[in-house]
Formats: sequence, structure tokens, C-alpha cells
Amino acid sequence: MENNSPKVEPGKIPFWRDVRVLRVLFQGIFLLGVILLLAILYRNMLEGLRGLGLTLNLNFFQDEAGFGISEGITYDPSDTYLKAFWVGVLNTLKVSIIGIVCATFIGLFFGIARLSSNWLIRTIAAAYVECFRNVPLLLQIVFWYTAVVAQLPNVRESLSLFGGAFINNRGVYLPSPEPTSSLKIWLWFLGAGLLLAVFLYVLRWRQLQRLDRPGFRAKWALPAFLIVALCGWFLTPGRPFTLDLPALQGFNYQGGMSFSPEFSALLVGLSIYTSAFIAEVVRSGIQSVVKGQREAARSVGLKEGQTLRLVVLPQAVPIIVPPLTSQYLNLAKNSSLAVAIGFPDLLGIGRTMMLQTGQSIPVFAIIMVSYLVMSLTTSAAMNWYNRRITRIGR
Amino acid sequence: MAAQENALNDPIIMCKDVHKWFDDFHVLKGITTSFQTGERAVICGPSGSGKSTFIRTLNRLEEHQRGTIIIDGVELTDDLRNINLIRQEVGMVFQQFNLFPHLTNLENITLGPIRVRKLTKSEAEEVALSLLERVDIADQAYKYPAEISGGQQQRVAIARALAMEPKIMLFDEPTSALDPEMISEVLDVMRELAHSGMTMLVVTHEMGFAREVADRVLFFDEGLIVEEAPPADFFDNPQHERTKLFISQTLQH
Amino acid sequence: MEEQELTQEIKPPANTKGAARWLKDNLFNTWYNTLLTCLALVLLFFAFKGFLTWAFTEAEWDVIPANFRLFMVGSYPQEQIWRVWNAIYILSVLMGLSAGLWGGLVRRFAVVLSGVWSISALLPVELSTRGWCLGANAMIAVSFFLGRGRTGLRPWILGGWILSFPVIMVVLRGFGENGVLTSNWGGLLLTLILAVIGIVVSFPLGVFLALCRQSNLPAIRWVSTTYIETVRGVPLITILFMGNTLIPIFMPGFDINQVLRMMIGITFFSGAYMAENVRGGLQGIPRGQHEAAQAVGLNYVQTTLFIVLPQALRSVIPAIVGQFIALFKDTSLVSIIGLIDLLGVAKSVIANPDWLGLQAEVYLFAAAIYFAFCYAMSYASQDIETDLGVGKH
Repeated sequence: MENNSPKVEPGKIPFWRDVRVLRVLFQGIFLLGVILLLAILYRNMLEGLRGLGLTLNLNFFQDEAGFGISEGITYDPSDTYLKAFWVGVLNTLKVSIIGIVCATFIGLFFGIARLSSNWLIRTIAAAYVECFRNVPLLLQIVFWYTAVVAQLPNVRESLSLFGGAFINNRGVYLPSPEPTSSLKIWLWFLGAGLLLAVFLYVLRWRQLQRLDRPGFRAKWALPAFLIVALCGWFLTPGRPFTLDLPALQGFNYQGGMSFSPEFSALLVGLSIYTSAFIAEVVRSGIQSVVKGQREAARSVGLKEGQTLRLVVLPQAVPIIVPPLTSQYLNLAKNSSLAVAIGFPDLLGIGRTMMLQTGQSIPVFAIIMVSYLVMSLTTSAAMNWYNRRITRIGR
Repeated sequence: MAAQENALNDPIIMCKDVHKWFDDFHVLKGITTSFQTGERAVICGPSGSGKSTFIRTLNRLEEHQRGTIIIDGVELTDDLRNINLIRQEVGMVFQQFNLFPHLTNLENITLGPIRVRKLTKSEAEEVALSLLERVDIADQAYKYPAEISGGQQQRVAIARALAMEPKIMLFDEPTSALDPEMISEVLDVMRELAHSGMTMLVVTHEMGFAREVADRVLFFDEGLIVEEAPPADFFDNPQHERTKLFISQTLQH
Repeated sequence: MEEQELTQEIKPPANTKGAARWLKDNLFNTWYNTLLTCLALVLLFFAFKGFLTWAFTEAEWDVIPANFRLFMVGSYPQEQIWRVWNAIYILSVLMGLSAGLWGGLVRRFAVVLSGVWSISALLPVELSTRGWCLGANAMIAVSFFLGRGRTGLRPWILGGWILSFPVIMVVLRGFGENGVLTSNWGGLLLTLILAVIGIVVSFPLGVFLALCRQSNLPAIRWVSTTYIETVRGVPLITILFMGNTLIPIFMPGFDINQVLRMMIGITFFSGAYMAENVRGGLQGIPRGQHEAAQAVGLNYVQTTLFIVLPQALRSVIPAIVGQFIALFKDTSLVSIIGLIDLLGVAKSVIANPDWLGLQAEVYLFAAAIYFAFCYAMSYASQDIETDLGVGKH
């Protein structure tokens, strides 16, 4: 055959046709383009900063902040900018963590309610979810702040719950437990209880292994620990804790725990908004399992409770956890909307720092790094969890 | 040296000491063989023996890491032009059909001719319709793959490969994903193709097809060609223990 | 099977129908459900009673009609308002034609839309507004009948939708000093424009980033992944603040106004999320599709354009609608930067001394508008999802 004449010249590939060379070349050009873009931006930045009469400088973090912060850990305007920023970070974490806990409970409640066999409950839950997730969170927060919290009665006419908690337009005041000197004695009891619990846990574990039966390993340890803790509570001379009740002194309530109106509005807004999404996550997670599996479990003869505990939940939880985590992350990121109502979170304090020093670039950098650390650690934990789960699941 | 062999045997595919690893797993442990123009070869062997990987290296769906593969005088290397040349000369039919679900059967066939061979749309459609006629499903041209049966889909896939006017056709277990009643319609098309003189490499478990159509049967096991022989010798007088075992197990069904 | 259905049709089992039966099955089937129902009814009663009393006796709703134009278009000048109506007419014609061509969901939306215009025309508004409303209605109706049954027009109409975006921008902006500066865009108009820009412009960016992230060339993959994960790890408001203060620093010499800066910020933000949506679609494409395309001889670009993207994008339509809803809500953040979008208008109305103390009324009205749009879109998304599920090819 004519065209079967040898055209082979091994080892001699022109570089513009060699796949391996092309791969490297292509990536090189791409990286070069990215670097070029960054370089142009950097040059522009220097030029722009010169135009504004600023120089990049990181020393200001050690300077005296000079502005007050309405809430958070102990801080004084004479502290450094770095300390001020740290107050903001802690405020963000505080509202995020409390918000996550609240949103989870509310979301679980409505998610399960959406699966209720009761039409009315189901419908109310659906209406709740649709109402709160279809309205911008910012609007909700501003609404809670200006139309609800700010409209509460003034200090003199505070709403009182059970005589211990007070709500007024200055904030929310709750009783808080204060440790007393006898707390130490009670802690000894707790330590002893813990030891006993560990011992019983191991004992029960061994027994279950010997019997070769599945079972609840903490069946003895848990009650034992609770009993010791409870006995300790009553045997300790005095009480380990006293309740510090807020009381009206002068123009406001003193003592106990207090939450500012900003914090309360932000917390309510974040919790309710996120709970609507969590409810959906929970509902779809459980629903995705329930269909065939429940029937299968019934046909094996499991009871309703056993089906839920042994079949539905073990499968639903791995489905629910990843979207749940991303909702938690959303809540943490959304807490930055605090700037709209003046709650001093890390973004708000960062903004004040920017306005005072004019050093917008380093401050933005530190803000971004703070959020990125939060999200990246969470997604790293998530990935670790996912890998563990898929290994078990397969 | 390669030129000498070429001149002697006129093989269209030449493989010499072909090795392939998936990470640490040694899939192909030195395959040396060649195929003549117009030859119909059936490749069989237990699963995991490397037979699918082998024919996938022939159009660079898998990259071989050692050895040489020369197809129609063109060596498969990292040379982009050679890879493209060879892909146009080698047609492939997959176990799972791999039709493009968002295109009609006709569009599935005309895509390659229009985009790669640069035919006009009407030329390509003419070719496609005559090929659909040839595989006996001209009436399904304007349906989507999901709307026709598995056997019909596989025949569209064969037509799609033929539309590129390949010199060689590779079949990777073309009937394994089919319901039993659809296997014969696909085998009929392949038989017809074989009689037309196409060079064909077929990975299959259809021993009847092998005995009837093949010029040569290659038995793969653990990444090596254990035995190759004309079907009559292969089935009636296998030389190796492993071949004997495989044949007896396969023919039991 | 068939036999069973037949018998059911002849003789439905007793007690499967009727209101009483339904009540018993769905509200009072067990003792705790009965208890729950009663509890819920009591709660609902008090909640509704409280709300209705407030809404009908205490609330001062005058604030809404008095500021209605502000809510809709912000400080868009009155004498240029025809621009907005022209934009609406372009959309109405496209809507009507699409409704005629495709029917189904689009038709339902067209009906709702023309219902809204009819009701608006009946409200005590200015005569000119009434005329505009009826005009929009007529546009929808006429183009609906024009479009009916002409399936050949479909690709043209799709092209029209794509083209309508820049055209509407030009119509709204006008040219030079005679037009309307973007800084005068406001209210619901601005909210919608920001959301649409965020999706439309970020779409190609997102597709590009997603393809990069799925690339088998590590350098490209890393750059893209870094961008996507960085943007997604940071709140939108941070990016908007950055856009606001940093764009002038990084682009000295360009006069980029605040609306444009917000558009840039939203687009970069949205692009990262779009990329993740598209990536989901890309990952859903089986390996066999790539292999088959290679075997036919297509190169990377051809495989991506003709095989991968058409399938991937179709499967991510619901996710993109979801992102659009999120973005629509997120545009409210521009009010923190100082733009007068729908929420910004609400804030400024409350700050107006004439309307002091009407936070609840104003915010509830704004919330209702946001809700209507979001709910309509999520309804559409569910509809598309079922459509895609049925005709899967």
C-alpha cells in the first residue's frame, strides 16, 4: 500500500505539536497573564496611593486606637488597633456561635414540623420557611432593629419575664450564674463522677462485647455521673453557683447578663433567617432517606422508633451535615451585616480603623484573612468528616 | 528497522512491548503484536486482564508509558498531530454506547464529519443517512438517543464511528450492556462490517461471533497475550492451561 | 395493574373522600395531632388578630402611595420616565411572544403580569401611568397572539432576550447629558438591574472559572480554585466595601461611579458562585462523553463547546435560578454603601421627618415586594426542574 510507507521519526517531535511541551507552555502563558494582571494592579495601586498621599504601612496596628467600642471584651480606647480588631473578631464569633445554636434548634423544629402528618402544622412550617427565606436578611435585621427592638418600652416600663429577665429598648437582661467559693468542692465531685463514669463505660463495653449484643455503651456511665453530680450539688456547703439577677439601678438594669439592642436584633435576624434554610436542609435530608428505606425497615420488622434511630437517622445525618455546615458558614459570613445597625463586629471595627488611618488595603487584607480562616478551617473539618463518612458508607 | 517490518508484513497496527501502569498497578506488561489490513481480530480474556485498556491505548484514550504503537505508519507519541491523525483513522464503539444525549441520532453522526472532516452540513447528513440505512435504523434519525432501544443506540454508535471513514474499527465489549434479545442485531451489523473488509479489533465475550468471523483470536490474561491463534485452533486445540480453563468456563453458558 | 385501576374506577373504597374524612385524616388522626391542631389554631388566631388589628386600625399605609414612585424607580427623573416604560414594553413584547411560543410556565407568568398591570390601571394613579399600564397590557396580548404557533420564531426570540439586555441598558441610560445618569437609578429598578447584571455578566465568568477548575493543567486549576474559594469565603458586604474604596485606588484615572463599582463587585462575587454551580454540572457529565468525543476526533475546545457545556448548563438551570434568587436578595446590601435601591428607598423614607415612626409599614411593604419576586422565581425554578426531569434529552 502506498500510504503505508514509513513516516515514523521517533524522538523528533516539533515542540509546538508535543503534548507534553504544550501543557507546560500553556500553563506558563496562563500564569504569566495572571502575574501580569497582578503587576498592573500593583503598579496602579502604588500610583493611586501616591495620588491619595498615602504609603503602605503596617505599623499603625500598634498605634493607639483612640475610639470606643460599645460592647465586647474589656477594652479601652487607649489600647492598640490590633486589640480593637480582636474585640471585633470575638464579637463576630460570639454572635455567630450563639446564632448557630439558636438557628439549629429553630430549624430542626420547623424542619421536622414540615414532615408532620398534621396538615396544619405542616402548612404553618412551610409558610414560616417561605416567608423568612424569601426576604433579604438585611431587611429583616433592620426591621428587627428599628421596628421591633427600638419600639420596645423604655427602661422604666421594661417587659419582665418571670421577674428575672427584662426586655426594654436598651437591651435584653438575663440572670447569669455566678460561681461561689464552694464551686471548688463541687468540681471535686464532678471529677470523681467522671472517673466513675469512665470505669462504668468500660465495664459496660466489655459486657456488651462478651454478650455479643449491640447496645448503648453509656447506659450505666451516664446516670451514674448525673447522680454523683446531683448529690454533689446538694452536699456541697452553700451552692456552687448563685443566680445574679439583673436589677434596676439608676437609669438601667445592672448585674446578670445583658445583650445590647444591636446584638439582640442581629441575633434574632440571623437565627430566624438561617433557621428557614436549615429547616429545608433537615426536611430534604430526612425525606431523601425515608421513601424506600422506611418500608424496607418495616419489612424487616423494626418498630417506628427503631426505624428512625437505626435506619433513617444514620443515613440522613451524613446527607444533612454538609449543607448544614455551609448554612453555618453563611450565618457567620452574614453576621457582617452587623455594620448596618452598628454592632461592632470585625468588619465594623475594621471600617472604623480604615476611616481613622486611611490604610484601607492592609485593613481589608486582615478582614479577608479573618473570614477566610473561619471558612477554610470549617471546610477542612467538613472534608475530613465527609471522607470519614464516605469510607464508612461504602 | 521498523521500515523493514512494515515492508515485510504490511501490518496496519504494530505494537511492540507496550506497557501501561495505573499508579502502581501494572495493567499491560509488554504487549507485542501486529494486525494486518483487513484483519478481524477478537480479543478475549477474564475481566481485569487488560484487554479493554489495550484497545483504548490504540487511539490514545489511555496513554502507554513504554513501548511503541505504530498505526498506519504513524507512531503514537506525544505529537498532537499524530494523535489527531490516528483518532481520525481509528473508530471506536463503547460498551455503554456513549451517544451524546442532547443531540439527535443524526446529529450524533454528523458532528464529527462537520467539525473534524469539515464537510458541509448537507454532505454530512447525506453520509449519515446512508450509514443509518446501512445499520438498518434510518427511521430513527430524528429521535434522541434516550428514545430508542439499547441495540438501536449501539447501532447509531457504530454509524457514528463509521462516519469518520476510519481504516480501523475498535469495539470495546459492544454487546455487554445490551439485553439478550438485542445482541444479535448489533452482531449482525458487525458481521456485515467484517464482510466489507474493515480492519476490526473486537473485545467481546461472544464466542460464537469470534468463531464465525475472526481471523485470529487473542487471549489476554494478567496484562499479557497468553495465546493467539486462528479461531479453529484456539477453540478446539488451546495450548495453555489458562486458555483451556477460560474456554471451558465461557462455553458453559 | 390495569385491572386494579379499573376496579378502583368502578367502585372507590368508602370513606376516602369528603371534608370530614379529610379533617379526620389530616388534623385529628391521633390524640397528639388533635392537641397540636388545637394549639396551633389558638396561636394562629391570636397572631392573626394582633396583626390584622394593627394593619387595619393603627398602621398608616398612606406612606406607601405617597412614595410609590420612589420605591419603584428612586430618583429617576419624572420627565424621563418614558425610558423605564419603554424598557418594560420591550420586555412585555418578548414576554408575550414567548408566552405564545412556549406556553406553560411563561404563559402563566404573562397572565400574572398582565393582571398586575390591569390592577395598577384601576388604582387611583395619574392618567399617564394608567395609559402606560394599559399599553403594557396591550403589548403582552398582541404579541401573545402574534407568537402563537410560530415555532420557527423560537431561536429569534431567544436571541431577542439576550439582545434585550444591552438594549434596555441603553434605553434606561440614554446618551450623555440628555440621558439619565446611573447615579439616578434607584428603587426596585436598581435592585432588578443589579441582580440581572450580576447573573448575566457573571455567567461567562463563571463558566470560564469552572472550566479552569476542572482543567487537568494544575497551574490553571490552582489559580481558579484560589479565586473561587477566596471569594466564597468572604461576605459580599466586604467585597462591596472593597469595590467601593479599592477600585478608585487600583484604577486611578478612570471615573467609575458608585453604581458601576457595585456592579463590578457583585459580578466578581457572583462569578465565583456561578462557577461552583457550573462545576456541579460539569462533574455530572460521564467520562464516556469525553471519550466518545475524543474518539470522534473532536479537540478540547470542540468537546467543551458541543458536548460538555450544552449538557452541563442544562442540568444547572435550577441551581442558577436559585443563585439568582439569592443575588436578588443580596443586592439589598448596596444600601449599606449608600445606593438607593429598594431597601435604600425604604430607609430614606423612614428618615424623612414627614413619615416618622412608620418603620413597620415601610419595611413590610418592601419585604412584600422582595417576597413576591423571590417566590415567583422559586416557583419557576421548581417548574423548570420538573420539566427537565420529564423531557431528559
